[in-house]
Amino acid sequence: MGQKLVVGISDWKVGRGDDIIVTYALGSCIGTCLYDKTTGIAGLSHIMLPDSTAIIDGHTTRMKFADTALPDMVDRMKAMGANIPALKAKIAGGAVMFQTSNSRFNIGERNIEAVKAALAKLRIPILAQDVGLNYGRTMTMWAENGAVEISSTVMGKKML
Amino acid sequence: MAIGKYEDLNAMQIDVLREVGNIGSGNATTALSSMVGKMIDIEVPNVEVLGFNEAIEAVGGPEKVIAGVLIRINGDVDGMIMFLFEQNLIALISETFFGAAPENITALNEAELSALTEMGNIMAGSYVNAISQLAGLTIDVEPPMMTIDMLGAIMSVPAIEMGEMGDKLLFIDNNMIIDSTSIQSKMLLLPTIDSLDHLLGKLGVA
Repeated sequence: MGQKLVVGISDWKVGRGDDIIVTYALGSCIGTCLYDKTTGIAGLSHIMLPDSTAIIDGHTTRMKFADTALPDMVDRMKAMGANIPALKAKIAGGAVMFQTSNSRFNIGERNIEAVKAALAKLRIPILAQDVGLNYGRTMTMWAENGAVEISSTVMGKKML
Repeated sequence: MAIGKYEDLNAMQIDVLREVGNIGSGNATTALSSMVGKMIDIEVPNVEVLGFNEAIEAVGGPEKVIAGVLIRINGDVDGMIMFLFEQNLIALISETFFGAAPENITALNEAELSALTEMGNIMAGSYVNAISQLAGLTIDVEPPMMTIDMLGAIMSVPAIEMGEMGDKLLFIDNNMIIDSTSIQSKMLLLPTIDSLDHLLGKLGVA
């Protein structure tokens, strides 16, 4: 019997079989679904910030940053038996929730770039994306086939 | 002791922050009440130091659709004021300005959106004026911004801006109660960690 795994902010979870993995209400954060269809092993990460390298103390989780969360999740999937060269990614989020002329606050764009860079470094291709614009998204992945659904207040539901 | 993370605050400092919220929110509620011509009650504020996910649960849950008005503040306290307007308050504000409540809060017209934004602006001004006067603080208020979306996506904005160094948010949380209903709109004051030492010093509890 599969479980529904809920991924919080600054969190990632992995599943397989008939597990369903969901993360709610991505704003400027990014949801990354990784899937190996040869083993049916799935992972979903919800990062908040692009880069951990400026963080000098140990008060914070590696699951918060694109550059640490994604390699960690891939390691976990590998330990579960995933075929790493077969991994494919789908990403969503990176919105600008409040329009502002001050680019200091456009973290969504920086998050998108950081996730793409982290995936490129891991040699994981991006199959589909729904990023940017100005609204929140909930991302759901079914481990049995790797299907990913995006739902939002403004656009309703769609498969990614 | 310098505050390096929100969990470092002691009980007396929390009490002082609660009183700041009490003064600010009381004045903001009076402004709202006089604009819409209705009695609005306010609960004693809570000072919450919570993880990001717990913070979102505490204000209503990630997928709840709500109007968020965000006002950045800087000066003796840096951070933001966030108003979370529920359906019944959106209806009340729209009725006040336009004589009718909107049918669907996700499909407001430009005028209705402007009215909500302006209400947030007036309330933020009242909030900040009250704490400036009573605590001798100098605080600048930036122009308001608003959106209607899932609460989790709205709250990701303060989480991202204040959560780089730690994994928690501090917010002073006020419930506004309209017509005794349990649908409660909220106003949040979210100071950055970096501005807390200065703020607490100004308030005499550093």
